[in-house]
Amino acid sequence: MNIPKSSPTGGCGGGCPTKEKGADLHRRDFLKSGAAMATVTLAPGVTLMSMGSGVAAAANPDTRWGLLIDAAKCPSDCSACVTACSDEHGWENNGEPTDPQWIRKVTLKNRDTGFENSLPVMCQHCANPPCVDVCPTGASFKREDGIVLVDRHTCIGCRYCMMACPFKARSFVHEPVTGQKVTTPRGNGTVEGCNMCVHKLDRGEGTTACVEACKITGNNAMIFGDLNDAESDISKALANYPSIELRADLKLNLGVRYQNI
Amino acid sequence: MKRLIIATIVLFGLAVGMSQAGSVYPEIPMASGEAHPEGNEYWRVNHMDLLRHDRDLTMREGIRDTDASIAECVTCHAVNGLDAKPVTVKSEDHFCRVCHDYAAVKIDCFQCHNSIPPELSGASLMFKKQANTLEVLMAYIEGLSR
Ligand code: HEC
Ligand code: HEC
Ligand code: HEC
Repeated sequence: MNIPKSSPTGGCGGGCPTKEKGADLHRRDFLKSGAAMATVTLAPGVTLMSMGSGVAAAANPDTRWGLLIDAAKCPSDCSACVTACSDEHGWENNGEPTDPQWIRKVTLKNRDTGFENSLPVMCQHCANPPCVDVCPTGASFKREDGIVLVDRHTCIGCRYCMMACPFKARSFVHEPVTGQKVTTPRGNGTVEGCNMCVHKLDRGEGTTACVEACKITGNNAMIFGDLNDAESDISKALANYPSIELRADLKLNLGVRYQNI
Repeated sequence: MKRLIIATIVLFGLAVGMSQAGSVYPEIPMASGEAHPEGNEYWRVNHMDLLRHDRDLTMREGIRDTDASIAECVTCHAVNGLDAKPVTVKSEDHFCRVCHDYAAVKIDCFQCHNSIPPELSGASLMFKKQANTLEVLMAYIEGLSR
């Protein structure tokens, strides 16, 4: 069977492939998800979209994802969260200074008393992130739901954000990468860091790899949840027990909070 | 505009070329799954813009049921090598290379994105497209006719 693709005279008989303009792409997108979204036209050219309730979806501005880490429950010899993150996202740290490090275990020692604390540190998902302020391309950005990310499509690898971060939470990919996890594309020449497992959150799983691993160990040192929801476990724990932000003096309003340090 | 003209010429070349067996034009490997409702012509010309547009939706807004997901492209458009396993983009038989090599287009997407179908179910690929429109059928038939 043969379907003619173009008329023999060289004209395409109205079927010429034409390139869609930006506006059409957007229009197409509005139409695309009709089942899940309601589009209300307020005035010509002004539309209001709302997600149907069935959609486990998309960065929601009413949400602020956060983590609460209880250092008293975090044994110094446990690094289950680090291993889980590495497995989930496909990064590997072999101790080289340039190896990626989305999350790491840190030991704090009180020089006077000798008391030691062990805790995981990762991107603190600031409400006022310095990494976003300094990014020259807009690649470093904060999602509506408070997650601070690197858009690696616009990251030029300048590493200003790594300098600006008070928590050394980001790392740079120095070598070509192969065999990436489908859910975590990563590659040479760009900056990366904890993404709070956005792929899981967008799927509606409401948890992260590190927190799940911590639960499995039985230590239950980490709680994940919505800081804006007063009924969430994390909000209740924050309301009932003392907690701190690292480097609270910087007034960055962190999404990750600690107890017992 | 220049790019548009080049793309049109190249793609017209592809379209003509494909109907002439044994020509130097690239042979685009068959895909599995449902064809695109918009038709092959549309996708040949617009796939890069769709990818970019939907990439921003996913990356910036967390919307994941997009039409153009790169992980989905390489799933339906997987090409098996001699070992009966899908080839990576290192092979010139990879779907995303046949036209690009021909048209001297270089993309960097696969420095980060995996170029073979996700083996893990955890990737949760969702095919949202509604089937059985005339265009889907036409695109499928067109594919067969090659
Ligand atoms: C430097 C690494 C990098 C490069 C290069 C790159 N991407 Fe991405 N891409 C990512 C990351 C990281 C995500 C976010 C994945 C997530 O949040 O699940 C992503 C997500 C996407 C998505 C949405 C997820 C999906 O599977 O559909 C699309 C579409 C996409 N990229 C297209 C492209 C295209 C097209 C190119 C080449 C022009 C490209 N990317 C190059 C890192 C990269
Ligand atoms: C659900 C499966 C499926 C997915 C996902 C998919 N395709 Fe396709 N695509 C097809 C089928 C089937 C055809 C019809 C032609 C054929 O059978 O080879 C096609 C045709 C095309 C064509 C035209 C090929 C030609 O013969 O000229 C292009 C270009 C294309 N797809 C690109 C993409 C890109 C880019 C993506 C990812 C954004 C993608 N496709 C995702 C199934 C799929
Ligand atoms: C039918 C042939 C064909 C196939 C198959 C194809 N492409 Fe393309 N693609 C082209 C052509 C031709 C261009 C150049 C258009 C231009 O320069 O305007 C292009 C350009 C692109 C660009 C933009 C490159 C740039 O530098 O701006 C991206 C991204 C892209 N393709 C992604 C893909 C991916 C991913 C696949 C595999 C899923 C794919 N293409 C498969 C023909 C194809």
